[in-house]
Amino acid sequence: MFKIFGLCSAMLLCQSAYAAGNESAFNPAFSLILSGTYGSLQQDPATPATGFAMNPNPVHEQGFNLGESEMGISANIDPQFRGVATLALDPAGGVSVENAYVQTTSLGDGLKLKFGRYFSGLGYLNEQHAHAWDFVDQPLVYAALWENQLGEDGVQLKWLAPTEMFIELGVEAAKGRGFPGTERAKNGSGAGVLFAHIGDDIGIEQSWRAGFSLHRTRAVERSSDDVPDLIGNNVSTAFSGDNRTAGLDLVWKYAPHGNLKESYLKLQGEYFRRSESGELSYDTAGANITDSYAVTQSGWYVQGVYQFTPQWRSALRYDSLDPGIASVGAANAGNVIADYAFQPSRTTFMLDYSASEFSRIRLQLAHDSARQGLPDNQLFVQYLMSLGAHGAHSY
Amino acid sequence: MYKMIFSLVLLSFSSLSHAALKVFACEPEWAALTQELAGDQANIYTATGALQDPHRVEARPSLIAKARRADLVVCTGAELEMAWLPVVLRESGNARVQPGGDGYFEAASAVHMLEVPTSLDRGDGDVHTLGNPHIQTDARNFLPIASALAQRLMQNDPANKALYQQRLGAFEQRWRAALARWEKQAAPLKGVAVVVQHKGFPYLSNWLGLHEVAVLEPKPGMEPSAAWLSQVLDTLQRHPAKMVLRAAYQSDRPAAWITQRATIAAVELPYTVGGSDAAQDLYGLFDDTLARLLKGAQ
Repeated sequence: MFKIFGLCSAMLLCQSAYAAGNESAFNPAFSLILSGTYGSLQQDPATPATGFAMNPNPVHEQGFNLGESEMGISANIDPQFRGVATLALDPAGGVSVENAYVQTTSLGDGLKLKFGRYFSGLGYLNEQHAHAWDFVDQPLVYAALWENQLGEDGVQLKWLAPTEMFIELGVEAAKGRGFPGTERAKNGSGAGVLFAHIGDDIGIEQSWRAGFSLHRTRAVERSSDDVPDLIGNNVSTAFSGDNRTAGLDLVWKYAPHGNLKESYLKLQGEYFRRSESGELSYDTAGANITDSYAVTQSGWYVQGVYQFTPQWRSALRYDSLDPGIASVGAANAGNVIADYAFQPSRTTFMLDYSASEFSRIRLQLAHDSARQGLPDNQLFVQYLMSLGAHGAHSY
Repeated sequence: MYKMIFSLVLLSFSSLSHAALKVFACEPEWAALTQELAGDQANIYTATGALQDPHRVEARPSLIAKARRADLVVCTGAELEMAWLPVVLRESGNARVQPGGDGYFEAASAVHMLEVPTSLDRGDGDVHTLGNPHIQTDARNFLPIASALAQRLMQNDPANKALYQQRLGAFEQRWRAALARWEKQAAPLKGVAVVVQHKGFPYLSNWLGLHEVAVLEPKPGMEPSAAWLSQVLDTLQRHPAKMVLRAAYQSDRPAAWITQRATIAAVELPYTVGGSDAAQDLYGLFDDTLARLLKGAQ
């Protein structure tokens, strides 16, 4: 008996073995995404974008790499609830819970409640899983301001207005576990999100969606290492304070006769602007000088994806970041860099081939000018394969 | 300004209280059938056009907004809309139209399904576990579907039960007469060999007795390569066929490749209401389908 279970979990294919049994009739939809990349870079990927050393830097992998395999399980729990879990299998070992949420299915009146761990509904790209991205990586603004994606533990309430046009409002109250917040032991909500989406069709060939989002959280002792200072050293810092982020997103799609299978064009752009203010401790391992610190960072990207035949797509993206000019308290004025006088940017080209809707092979070339004086030409090859149930994608 | 906003809000809510049943039809054929059965009693929105591949539609904001206000969703089912409808219904926040509810109707539940796979393997392409979903190409299927749909309309709008009953009776009578006419017209098509672009015609072939000798897609949903088309050409030399059939929404390239190399007619079928100029309603759909098939078979 134990042997069978062991075999089952190892193969992740128990359902076929039990297909004849009664329990299997209620098996949830099960899917597995296999992905991997080959990366060739000219610069050390651990170097962050200039002016963003205190932000996350999700690194690009060099050489051959197994990406995270993503396992998804979903099913209706009962007539009122639906459950979704997405587990990321790290190639180095270990499993992390990407999503594990419950959503209501029968509140009616356009109301939808979601709770558990989910990707926040802010922006346009934030809710999309990595296998649905149009590029190997996220735009710089998502990497630097949201550590690729803001995942939260909390509650989300969405309301869809009963109007001809699509008008949706959402509110989230969450732990604040992801960057730019830090996990804190406290009652109540650690992060709040508000978002609004509107969208419609223009004839049968065009459709669009526009969104506005606000995010607010607090960081306590958010530490960063290898932050360059005015003296020319790399030091560790810690920031505590409040931050607010506002975002705008717009996506427009066009398909001749509305037939996406043959060809389509998708244009999208997003802009985020974050203001942080609080106290910064400089050189926490040494001098440890704390004084006030406030900065407004922003970033945006625009991209276009063109599917020119049923199996081939190409895309172009331009990314830009602005580190802002910080106001640094007098005690740290001679230590902390306030003005980097550099705007990171990147231009990326992508070409991908899909033999079917379940497989995709991608080539990506990027000219990265995110690090001052360290231009990087990057090449990636990626595969994305989907096994098992293939759920519907959102817009 | 406030006055304008107020009147806009009033306007959007007044349309809510209008008595007509709001129907969200996934494909044009079900919009047309609902129209036959409900007349002015239904306010129908059609989610896809005849030139769109119904497998590959996106869960657009507009579709979600329409599903939010719908009293009844009428779709093919059998996984045809699985790439987009589940998201549309979930995001609509409309409890009435969720699968299994009174406001959700699948036409496929009323007919006998063909090509139900005995084994499931994606190596066989984009197969549908419940069988081939392209049920609208057999005109006979509209009788059981109309009867089931009328029941559902009555369930959702009991005040107009008599109207739906009466319109169903009238539709059945007229449809039976049309069926007799179509089947008589189609007699020369019996046993005619055809090639199909996508496995989208088993119901049509089953109804009219067409004989499918080859498929241009190597596997359902996969684009034909030149090498595969050459194999199809070989098959055609051994088993000649009269015509290559494709739906209006499908690319004409693979059929054109074949017709350039073999004496075979390329026939574009409207496939659904709106798929050709003549297919303006369900009667026009089959009149035109038969006219095009008979022309191709000459």
